[in-house]
Amino acid sequence: MKRILPTAAVLSVALILSACQKSARTLHEKAPLQARPNSIAVGQLQAGPKSPPLSLRNPYEGNAYAMTEGQRLYNWYNCSGCHFRGGGGIGPALMDDVWIYGKDPGNIYATIVEGRPNGMPSWRGKIPEYQIWQIVTYVETLRGDRPIASSPGPREEHLQAGEGRTSR
Amino acid sequence: MRRTGRGSCAALFLFAAGCRGVYSTLDPATREAARITTLHWVMYWMCAAFFVAMMTVLAVAVSRQRRSETPEGDRRRSVSVAVAAGISTGLLLVLLAASVVTGHANVAPAGAKALEIEVIGHQWWWEVRYPARSSAHDVTTANEIHVPVGRAVRLQLSSGDVIHSFWVPNLHGKKDLIPGRRTSQVFHVEKEGTFRGQCAEFCGYQHAHMGLVVFAESPRLFEAWLDRQRRLASEPAGGAERHGREVFLSSPCVLCHTIRGGGAFGHKAPDLTHLASRTTIASATLPNTPGHLAGWVTDPQSIKPGNRMPPNILAANDLDDLVSYLRSLR
Repeated sequence: MKRILPTAAVLSVALILSACQKSARTLHEKAPLQARPNSIAVGQLQAGPKSPPLSLRNPYEGNAYAMTEGQRLYNWYNCSGCHFRGGGGIGPALMDDVWIYGKDPGNIYATIVEGRPNGMPSWRGKIPEYQIWQIVTYVETLRGDRPIASSPGPREEHLQAGEGRTSR
Repeated sequence: MRRTGRGSCAALFLFAAGCRGVYSTLDPATREAARITTLHWVMYWMCAAFFVAMMTVLAVAVSRQRRSETPEGDRRRSVSVAVAAGISTGLLLVLLAASVVTGHANVAPAGAKALEIEVIGHQWWWEVRYPARSSAHDVTTANEIHVPVGRAVRLQLSSGDVIHSFWVPNLHGKKDLIPGRRTSQVFHVEKEGTFRGQCAEFCGYQHAHMGLVVFAESPRLFEAWLDRQRRLASEPAGGAERHGREVFLSSPCVLCHTIRGGGAFGHKAPDLTHLASRTTIASATLPNTPGHLAGWVTDPQSIKPGNRMPPNILAANDLDDLVSYLRSLR
């Protein structure tokens, strides 16, 4: 009994701390502000074969705050104008498993930065890079195969950077 | 002892200074605010008189010794308690009547000739619209409201995101801006001046920096201002301004801001068509000077952390030209 109590205490503290990263938010983004012009080769026009996965890491992988910011920006920059709430319509659906240009974060990022034939504009130089990654984080959740741990907590969308729980 | 004297002098000065100013409920500039201030002073002096009376009675009761009880004394005490209760009830009714009369007068409709202004709260700035008969003449500005003296003004208040509250102490009481609802506030400005307002309902991280400025002007000045605001943005005059416009249109600015006549149609951020005619930027947080503007464009997150504007790292000459272009939008 004597040994169980401290162990349990340490474990529960560790468990609580492990949840902190979920909503990590930064006021000063360290990500480059403009989409890197040379990091992605602008490929041939293509519609058939899938793009090879791009090995770009999403700096906000699993970050709930970035996801809710991405959700705001998805509407703010009118992604919803064509893709609606993920169901598609004018643009392709984002909640199914069909990804013409690849489903990896790097591919989604490239699609937003470069634009795609038949309607998808290029947002290079218009949307700051960190915001593109936030949108990628949100778009990834539309498929519904994200672990539940990365979904936002209650009311998270009303909070702002620097507000509420902070990590570190 | 001398320090106490100096301290109380300073306190008295501060107390008196609080009554005047651009951000004071005790310095009314409208008919409605004057009524509220009158009601305030009625309550203040009545409560002050009551306080003094109560303390006096208490002091007398403490200093007098308890006497033996007689039926005669008992009767006298009952009478005085009844009289005191009667007087206080009467005075309370006077207060109640005064507040009902004030409230009733202040919610009177403004009439058809009132000037309509739409105020929309956003995290963390105020969108201000002057609707015209044809929408081409609508005026949209931000964070600074111009109103004419001597004419009823009806504010139509709504919110783009969360609950805010519109509060310009010299003009009227607070009024909430509620998402999905329209609230309104009517006032008649009676004296010219510049007044300061503030969001009065906690609305997120930069709530404290959600200020606004109200300019009460003569009808002639007001009409001239409105006329200028109706115009499209002027064409850039020099090479620097022209390059500045190119920078604006090819950078993230253009996604959120509008410049009527300048080729920018964003709807998420303040309208910049006549930015240079405003005295402040960032919701009355900074004075509108080239230096502050450049700082704000480059790194808004250091000035108002958490606000919706992303940082913009521009080449030095691009930034200079962009600022000259923005400064030319009069």
